[in-house]
Amino acid sequence: MTATASARRTRRRSSPVRERGLLSSFDWRRPRIFVGWRAMHVALFAGLIAFGAIPVVWMIRAAISTTTDLVQRPLSLIPEPARWENIPTAWNLLDIGHYLGNTVVLVGGSWAVQLLVSATAGYALAVIRPWYGRIVYGAILVTLFVPATVTLIALYLTVLDLPLLGIGLTDTPWAVWLPAGANAFTILLVKQFFEEIPRELFEAAQLDGAGWWTIFWRIVLPMSRPILAVVSLLSIMTAWKEFLWPLIVLTDPTTQPLAVALPRLAQATDPAYLIAGMLIASIPPILIFLVFQRSIVRGIGFTGLKG
Amino acid sequence: MTIAPERLGGADLDRTAQAAAAETAAERERQRQRRRRGRRSPQRRRAAIAALLFLLPALVTFGYFAWWPILQSTVLAFQQTNLVDPAEWVGLRNFEVLFADPLLPKAALNTLWFTVLSLAIGLPVPLLCAVLLSELRRGGTLARVLAYLPVVIPPVVAVLLWKVFYSPGETGVVNSLLALVGIGPLPWLQSPELAMPSLVIVATWSGAGTAILIYLAALAGVSTELYEAAELDGASVWQRVRYVTLPQLRGVILVLLLLQIIGAIQVFTEPYVMTDGGPANATVTILLMIYRYAFLFGDYGVATALSVLLAVVLIIVSAIYLRLTRSWSSR
Repeated sequence: MTATASARRTRRRSSPVRERGLLSSFDWRRPRIFVGWRAMHVALFAGLIAFGAIPVVWMIRAAISTTTDLVQRPLSLIPEPARWENIPTAWNLLDIGHYLGNTVVLVGGSWAVQLLVSATAGYALAVIRPWYGRIVYGAILVTLFVPATVTLIALYLTVLDLPLLGIGLTDTPWAVWLPAGANAFTILLVKQFFEEIPRELFEAAQLDGAGWWTIFWRIVLPMSRPILAVVSLLSIMTAWKEFLWPLIVLTDPTTQPLAVALPRLAQATDPAYLIAGMLIASIPPILIFLVFQRSIVRGIGFTGLKG
Repeated sequence: MTIAPERLGGADLDRTAQAAAAETAAERERQRQRRRRGRRSPQRRRAAIAALLFLLPALVTFGYFAWWPILQSTVLAFQQTNLVDPAEWVGLRNFEVLFADPLLPKAALNTLWFTVLSLAIGLPVPLLCAVLLSELRRGGTLARVLAYLPVVIPPVVAVLLWKVFYSPGETGVVNSLLALVGIGPLPWLQSPELAMPSLVIVATWSGAGTAILIYLAALAGVSTELYEAAELDGASVWQRVRYVTLPQLRGVILVLLLLQIIGAIQVFTEPYVMTDGGPANATVTILLMIYRYAFLFGDYGVATALSVLLAVVLIIVSAIYLRLTRSWSSR
C-alpha cells in the first residue's frame, strides 16, 4: 500500500511534459531529420526487444520444450510440442519449492532488518540529532567507500564466530539477514528524507509532552511512506539478486536460496528442467518490477545522480 | 550490504560523496549553534540517550558486519589462519605467497582486460540508447521497461541463460543466429580468446539498464533553453549533441565511468558460474582467486592479503581518476 502511494506521488510529479528536448518540433518537420531519427528509433526498439524481451520469452519457451526440440530448433520462440508439465516436474524434481521458500525467507528477513536499521538510525541522526551524531554518521558513510568484496573474507570469519558473543551464524538465515542491515546507502536515503520534515512538528509534539518514541511512531513513520517504499523496493530487489554472500555462508544445501542452488543443480539436470527452475527464480522479481515499474524507474533518477 | 559485485553495484558511493558535501556546510552551522547551547543540559543528555537507543540496531549491525571486518582485514592480511590452528603472525608471508603465484599476473591482466572491454561497450551503448530514448515521442515507458528488464533478472539466472545461449556447435542459440549471416559456429566459452568477451557481453547485458535510466534522468535535467539557444545559433542536431548534451552530462558520465571501473574490477559471478576461470585460466579474475584461496584452499590470510591489495588498487584508481577529472574540469 505504501508503494502505491509513492507511485501515485511520482506520477503527479512527472506530469509536466517537456515541449522539446534535443530536437524541436521544427526539426521534426524536416524530412531528413524525421526519417533519420525515425529509423534510429526503430533500430533502438528492435535492439531493446532483441536484448530485453526475447531472452525472457526464449526462457519461457525453453522451459516448456523438450530437450530434442531445443537442440533442433534453438531459434524458435514457439515450443513444438509444448510441454507445460515441465514446470511441475521441475518443481518436484529440483525441489524448487523448498529453495524458493529459502529465498523468500532470506529476502523477507533482509528487508525487515534493513527497514528497521535505516528507519531508526535515520530518525536518530536526522531528528534527535545528538551531539555525537556526526561521528556516527561519518563512520557509517566511510563504509560506502570500502567495497563489500574487499572485506569479504573478514566478514565471513566474523559471521563464523561473532566476537564477544562466540556464536556462529553460518548455515542460518541470520548470516544473510544481519549483514544486510549494514547498508549505509539506505540510511543516507532515509536520513535525507527525515530532514525534510519541518522541525516545528516535533517541537509542537514535544510541547504536548510527546517523547522521542511517540514522535517516531506517530509522526515520522506515517509521514515517510514514500521513502520506506523506496527502501523496501531497493532492499528486496538487491536481496533477491544476492549470490556470492549466500554462496559462502550457506554451505548446507537445505538452507540455500534458489540462486545458489541453481548452478549446483545445473550440473546434473536436463536443460529444460533447469530453465524451468531459472524461470521460476526470475518471475517474482520481474513481477515486482512490472507492478512498481514507475516507482523503480523514477526511483533510480530520484536516488541517482543529479547533474 | 550488497555483496553481489554487479556492474553498478557501487552506485551508492558517489551519491554519498555528493550528498555529504552538500550537507556538511549546512550541518556544520547547525552543529555550531547547538554546541553553543551546550551539550550538558539535562534535555540534551536525555536526547543523547534516546538517540543511542534508536541507533542501537545500526551500531550493532555496522559494528559487527562493517567496521569490525574492515579493521580485521588489515590484521588478517599479516596472519596465517586456517580456522583450525590459532592465528599466527607471519609478517609479509601472505604477500610473498601471492607474488610467487604465477596465476596472479594472469588474473590481474584478465581483470584489466575485462574492465577495458566492459568500458568499451558499457560506456557508449547506454549513453546512445538514452539519448535516442529521450527523444521518443511515444512508447517511452515501454522502452524503459525493456531496457531495465535484464537488470531485474537475478544475475545467476542471467549467467546460466547466456551459458545456454553460448553453447558450442551449430545448435547453440548464438551460433544459430550467426549461421543466418554465414558466420561460425564459434566455440564461445571454450576458446581462451572468446571467453572473456563473452562474459563481458553478459555483464553489460545485465548492467546497461541501470546506466540507461541514470542517463535518462540526467538528460531530463538538461535545460531546454540551452537547446533552443543552440538551435537559434544555427547548431545542427549533431552539434547540439556535441556541444550541449555531452558537456551537460559530463558529471554523470564521469561518475558512472568510475563506478563501472570499480564494479568491473570486482567481477565474480560471471567467471565463477560460466567458466570457473577456464579455459586455460583465461577468465580467472582477482575475485575468483580470492574466493579460491579462502574457500578452496582454506588459506584465509592469503585471501585477505589479496583483498587488501585489491582495495589499494581501487583507492589508487579512484584517486588518479579524481585527479584527472579535476584537471579536466579546471581547463
